[in-house]
Amino acid sequence: MTATHVVDHIHDEPMSEVALRSVAIEALLAEKGLLTDDEVRRQVNLMDGRTPADGARVVARAWVDAGFKARLLADSRSALAEMGIEIPAETPHLTVVENTDDVHNMVVCTLCSCYPRMLLGRPPDWYKSLAYRARAVRDPRGVMAEFGAAPPADAEVRVLDSTADLRYLVLPRRPAGTEGMSEEELAALVSRDSMIGVTDALAP
Amino acid sequence: MTTPAETVRYPDGASVRIRVGSPAHHFRTPAYIQGHTGTVDALCGVFPNPETLAHGGDGLPRQPLYRIRLQQTDLWPDYAGDPADTLLVDVYQHWLEPA
Repeated sequence: MTATHVVDHIHDEPMSEVALRSVAIEALLAEKGLLTDDEVRRQVNLMDGRTPADGARVVARAWVDAGFKARLLADSRSALAEMGIEIPAETPHLTVVENTDDVHNMVVCTLCSCYPRMLLGRPPDWYKSLAYRARAVRDPRGVMAEFGAAPPADAEVRVLDSTADLRYLVLPRRPAGTEGMSEEELAALVSRDSMIGVTDALAP
Repeated sequence: MTTPAETVRYPDGASVRIRVGSPAHHFRTPAYIQGHTGTVDALCGVFPNPETLAHGGDGLPRQPLYRIRLQQTDLWPDYAGDPADTLLVDVYQHWLEPA
């Protein structure tokens, strides 16, 4: 067995059933020529290398540069490439949706845990929980109230259930009172949860 | 891509009903939207069919994938939020029929 995860998991504690199963599946995929160890390694490295700070940089750029924002909303892959963020061709399409005074978007995957990993890294545990997945579609305003998002009065709340080949990232509203701030300062206001839509960006 | 694909059948704004079904194989149409009627928000692309792809198949012909807009008050009769609230969900063409 030469699977990547075997190498990653050599330590003193016994592996869990789930971990063992994933190692076995990975080894089979490699053995049957469906995936190479190198492809697995590259994908794991990419996901581990991405954090919400990457998404925050993108949001801050969109806040200060209207042209970039338009390109990001139209074709995220090429817009992100401008910032040196590569989205590999084999990963799902990333669609960015903008929160405005009229619409507040919030993202869920009711079927599993689809998440814009190529930009935010691994999802938080609560995002994968049955409770979030069930309540996000049925009572989004209740969920947002618990997390802290406050959509503008009269705004439509729009839940995006990413059931298929697309992943969604929320571009939160730019907070008031941030007019003079630099892109770097703005990025510090962009929390992970605001890019899922369960909170707003932080106040300065 | 030049692999076989189903013809795109629904324009933006078309009224569509989501089919009801629970096939024995993998599928990606959640039960809570089945039987409901919505409108096509956008065509997302034409993707390999996950229902055969998940079982060693080639996913062909590729299926158009649409973002479907549903009204929350239609999905949940006791919906507590604003009547204007919506849910957008991605559905493959073979799960849709004209409404």
